[in-house]
Order: sequence, then C-alpha cells, then structure tokens
Amino acid sequence: MNLTAELRNLGDVRAPESLRLSLLGDAYAEIDSEMGRLLVAFNAGGISAVNRAGRSDDFELWFGRRMGRPLKRVDAVPEHLVRKLRFDLRGLTPFERDVLLKTAQIPRGQVRSYGWVAREIGRPAAVRAVGTALANNPIPYFIPCHRVVRSDGVIGNYGMGGPEAKKQILRLEGADPDAIEAWARRGVRYHGSDTTHIFCFPTCSHARRVQERHRVGFGSEREAFAAGYRPCKVCRPALAA
Amino acid sequence: MTFEQLVDTYQHRIFGFALNLCGNPADAEEIAQEAFLRAHKALTGWDEERRQELQASAWLHRIALNVFRNRLRAHRDTVPLESVPEPSRNGHAETSELRALVTALPRRYREAVVLHHVQGFPYNEIANLLGRPEGTVKSDVHRGLALLRKEIES
Repeated sequence: MNLTAELRNLGDVRAPESLRLSLLGDAYAEIDSEMGRLLVAFNAGGISAVNRAGRSDDFELWFGRRMGRPLKRVDAVPEHLVRKLRFDLRGLTPFERDVLLKTAQIPRGQVRSYGWVAREIGRPAAVRAVGTALANNPIPYFIPCHRVVRSDGVIGNYGMGGPEAKKQILRLEGADPDAIEAWARRGVRYHGSDTTHIFCFPTCSHARRVQERHRVGFGSEREAFAAGYRPCKVCRPALAA
Repeated sequence: MTFEQLVDTYQHRIFGFALNLCGNPADAEEIAQEAFLRAHKALTGWDEERRQELQASAWLHRIALNVFRNRLRAHRDTVPLESVPEPSRNGHAETSELRALVTALPRRYREAVVLHHVQGFPYNEIANLLGRPEGTVKSDVHRGLALLRKEIES
C-alpha cells in the first residue's frame, strides 16, 4: 500500500461516544453551595437542572422523567457555567421561561411577590400561574425562586427543603424573613421615605437606607399614591401612576 | 444546520483531525469538544441565512486547528508534547506507527499533510483555511511527505 493511501486511512476513526454525550447530552456533578451539597446538571447550553444532593440515581431518574434525556455523572461542573450562570431552559413554555428569567433578576438579599413577577412579565392576572411555574423551577438556587414570596408576606413553601429552608437561604443572603413576615402581619407591604416621597419593597436596597424616623409604611400602592408617593424605579413596586 | 446536526455530521471527522495532529485520543477528545463548544457559541448568534452559507467542514477544521495550537502554546513551557503511540482501537500496529510519525513532524508540515492527505482537503481550500498562499501549502505538503518517507525508510 502506498503512503498516501495509508495516510488516508489515518482519518478513518470514530469519536468516542462520550464526545457526543458531552456536547448534546447532559452531564452532572456535585458542588458545594450555601445550601449545602447540590447536584447540578448541565449541557453545552448552560445549567439545565439542580437539586439537593442525595442518592444520585434518584436525580438521574428524576431528570430522565422530567427532561426525557439521559444524564451522565462527571467529576466537576465547568467553572465558567457557575461564574457566568448560563441556563438551558429548553423544554419550558415561553411563559415559564419569562417567569424564571425575571426571577433571576431579583437581587440577592431582596424579595418580591408573585404578583410583581406576573406584572413585570406583562401577565398581571397570571399570579397563580407564576406560582406554579416557580414551584416547577428546574434550577432552584441558581434561579432564585426563594426570593419570591406571597404578597401577604408569608414566605411560603420551597421545593428544595420546605419553608424553613427558604427562610434559611434568605437569611444567608442577608434578607430578614422574620421581619418581612412581621411587617406583613401589621399590614405593611411597602416602605416609603417621607423625605423623598418614594416607596419601595421593604427589602429594596433603597428602602433599607431610609432611617427609621423617616420610614413610612403602606399597605397598598393605592395608599402610597394617595399620600403623594411615587414608586421606586429600581424595585418597581408599582407602575408609575 | 442545527448544532445537533453539526455534531452528528462532523464528530468523527473532527475527532480524527485532532487525533492526527496531537497523537493521543484523550487530548483529541478534549480538542474536539472545545472546538464544538466554540462553534456552538458562535452559532447561537447567527441567523438562518448565515448558517446556511456556512462551509461547516472547513469552518470546524479551522476552529479545531486554533484550539490545537492554543493548547500547544499553553503546554510549551511545561510538558514537551511528544507523541506517544497508543495501541490503536482496530489493532493495526502500522496505523498507530504511521500516526506517531505524522505527529512527530514539525507542526507546519504536520498541519498541511493532515489537512491534505488525511482529511482530503484540496490545496486551495487549505490555503484559505490556513491563510497561506496555495503555493506555500503545496510545498509544505510535499516537504512533509518527503520527511515522512525518509523516516519510514530509516
């Protein structure tokens, strides 16, 4: 056989199966987080699912049922995925995607209501549907559904460990869930400043800067508007009247 | 062309390309993976028209070549990248010996020989892909081949 024919044969190889799987399938690994050990599934598009670390075959089973794709255990989650937080939200409806991406914008240490998410994505009547979409959030922790609470201030349930876990993570992030619930019990949903006449969600960084003696509580945006206050442009507790 | 089609169509070819440049399957898989991930990143920003114009094969080879070169640069100071002949999957000792000789060629000739004789690209496409004049590519391929012959006969 001559040399050029032999060289041509060198190209006759098959890629290992793991190559295709790593590109098109999902892989998962365990990471350490404030929430403890988490299992993080990912693919070329970004993070695709997260759950608490437990028995890993449960996670594989759950993932397969939910996503309809296989899942392979690997050693580590690529660092850039966690740093840049890219998400693979294929398989979700456009509504669910809107809810999750809006939720991802809520700053650490703050909370918003389900109604706020609904209004912000242009579906103000779909409050319950927002709750359902967040309850089915495939990427808890990274998409911070724990930062969405009921508008009556009740912190509410949390898929990854129940209400206590939700309070726990909010505390770790610097929000005070007990204060949030206490304000709500007194009927306070917004905080305003009597110097600026701006009202905010109580956990908004601007609301937290207001000194106690200048702080005014409001039970509804109508009440705040009636007192001559305008909504904060950062936390957007209401649309400008 | 979707990313999935791209992977299904070219995974073996790009893996083979990387394997014949670097000489060992583990590195080749990493190079191919990185190349496809870069392609994925690029494709997401493109519209359908641009995707269709895409000369996918040459484009992927170009990306894989860049990945390969970057790795050489990154490893230059630490590990000398000598080729270690691995027992090949199909058991043809000659194949893995020849591959070892190819991966021992100076990089410039290796790239030209692999692109032309292994991957089967015509000279004008290689010139395009490497950004070198066609005449230069031809002479690189011939010199590479001559070096290879000398090694085989010795």
